[in-house]
Amino acid sequence: MSEPALLADGLYKSFGALCVSDNVCFELGGGECLALIGPNGAGKTTLINQLSGFVESDAGAIRFAGRDITHLSPDARARAGLARSFQITSVIPSFSVLENVALAVQARAGSSFRFFGRAAGERALNDEAMAALARVRLDDRALSPAGSLSHGEKRVLELAIALAMKPKALLLDEPMAGMGREESQQLVALLADLKATCPMLLVEHDMDAVFALADRVAVLVYGRIIAEGTPDEIRANAEVKAAYLGEDAA
Amino acid sequence: MSEAALSGAADRSVAATETILHGYLVSASIFLTLAAVPFMGFLGPEGFILPLVTRMMILALAAIALDLILGHGGLVSFGHAAFVGLGAYAAAIMVTEGVTEVWAILAVVLLVTAMFALVTGYVCLRTSGVYFIMITLAFGQMVFFAASSLSAYGGDDGLTLWDNASLFGTGWLADDRGLFYVTLAVLVACFLLVQSIVASRFGRVLRAARENERRTASLGVDVFRVRLAAYLISGMLAGVAGILLTCQAEFVSPAAMAWQRSGELIFMVVLGGMATRNGALIGAIAFVALEHILSDLTHDWKLIFGPLLIVIVVYSRGGLAALLRRITGGAVRV
Repeated sequence: MSEPALLADGLYKSFGALCVSDNVCFELGGGECLALIGPNGAGKTTLINQLSGFVESDAGAIRFAGRDITHLSPDARARAGLARSFQITSVIPSFSVLENVALAVQARAGSSFRFFGRAAGERALNDEAMAALARVRLDDRALSPAGSLSHGEKRVLELAIALAMKPKALLLDEPMAGMGREESQQLVALLADLKATCPMLLVEHDMDAVFALADRVAVLVYGRIIAEGTPDEIRANAEVKAAYLGEDAA
Repeated sequence: MSEAALSGAADRSVAATETILHGYLVSASIFLTLAAVPFMGFLGPEGFILPLVTRMMILALAAIALDLILGHGGLVSFGHAAFVGLGAYAAAIMVTEGVTEVWAILAVVLLVTAMFALVTGYVCLRTSGVYFIMITLAFGQMVFFAASSLSAYGGDDGLTLWDNASLFGTGWLADDRGLFYVTLAVLVACFLLVQSIVASRFGRVLRAARENERRTASLGVDVFRVRLAAYLISGMLAGVAGILLTCQAEFVSPAAMAWQRSGELIFMVVLGGMATRNGALIGAIAFVALEHILSDLTHDWKLIFGPLLIVIVVYSRGGLAALLRRITGGAVRV
């Protein structure tokens, strides 16, 4: 079997006495969506931060695209092709929607140490950014300031930014958070489309989205993965029901 | 892209182009007015007005340099006078030792300020917020005390020059008009350089990191390196201002790099409007002009100057640039 796109091996992280990642192991294969679910405070966002490099792990190893990235900085991991979204919407508010995405293209596809020539006028950057925006159907807002978008549109913009990075894997931290029913259905369709080309680790509370997208589901409780399996297996798992889904979820 | 969106986009990009033009029209008018100053007899005797406006332009250059990291980079360097001072001292010492050709001085100053920027920036940029301000201040004071203890070159009292720097062996830099136009040329060149940097790919990531450092890093940008480069460029340009300051005053003292001077530079930028096309330029000119006019009026001019600056900044967030835009109903976009 070929090596998984992303592999976490025995990750630990504690803040003081609080252990937020406790021997977390998982594999994310090519073309796969692994959903990570768990109650609030289970350590899901911390895990995403560990994987993307914003939080240093106390122990354990992370392998990505065939190399050890455990000690790389966040930007080096991004350059290696590991893209992430943020739980709390994170865009550059004063930049236009287009420039937000063009920035991602520029960071991936070329040097940022160019001091001459108007970046905003670079055709190659803008065309590629426009293509990413078209893919998430945000192209008609291209020239609006990102700060003026609705919450749902900002979430979609974040996805366009991630797409523009042409990632080898995506870490999505609650992409549906705060979105309306219709908006999140559209986003699910987009992500389903994307899954084939880019494996993703999806942290999400919206169970409909999780069961629609995930090939496998891992359940994180108090920093520990207590169950892992297909969506059906997880749905049937008694321990998971007790810990998370609630007794009446079937 | 839908048709409606396309036409909307076209409209907005036209508006954006107009804003850029507006901005450069304002810059062009300022530079042309400055160029005409030697012919404006009504301003006062030339021997008095030229040195004053030259000083104005030198400080504008330093303010523009500072705005690159303060406004566009979002990093409050409270030690920028150290770079001006290093440039001024290096120039003064070289002239005293008999090296008067300004190109040689420029090379040395660029090297010295670059090294100082790399070393201090490497430390400062590991921190952020108040810590960054405090550490840049500390480094600035370090240079200040070092200069104060340079007894061979005047120590506390400063160093008076008996000669001036020369340009290709000519005496232009020692002549009021010559120095005036050299300063103006350097100012315009540095202004255009900073404009170019801000609009470039590099400027884009610098501005992005100011607004959202995590997001920028998560795109794969090494924010530290970008900021270090901006700090380096900013410091070197401030060093160039220092050379001109020495040529203009034919004197240099540790006061040139005191923390008060760093504060004044910050104030010029904030007064004019941070991270705007002409803000730093206008801010420096207004600052020196106000200082001069008020000190002519009364001995206690600082009692008026301080509150006045505060009123402008508080009343008009975004400084004089925002104020100008508002009172002209958006006709002048600075």
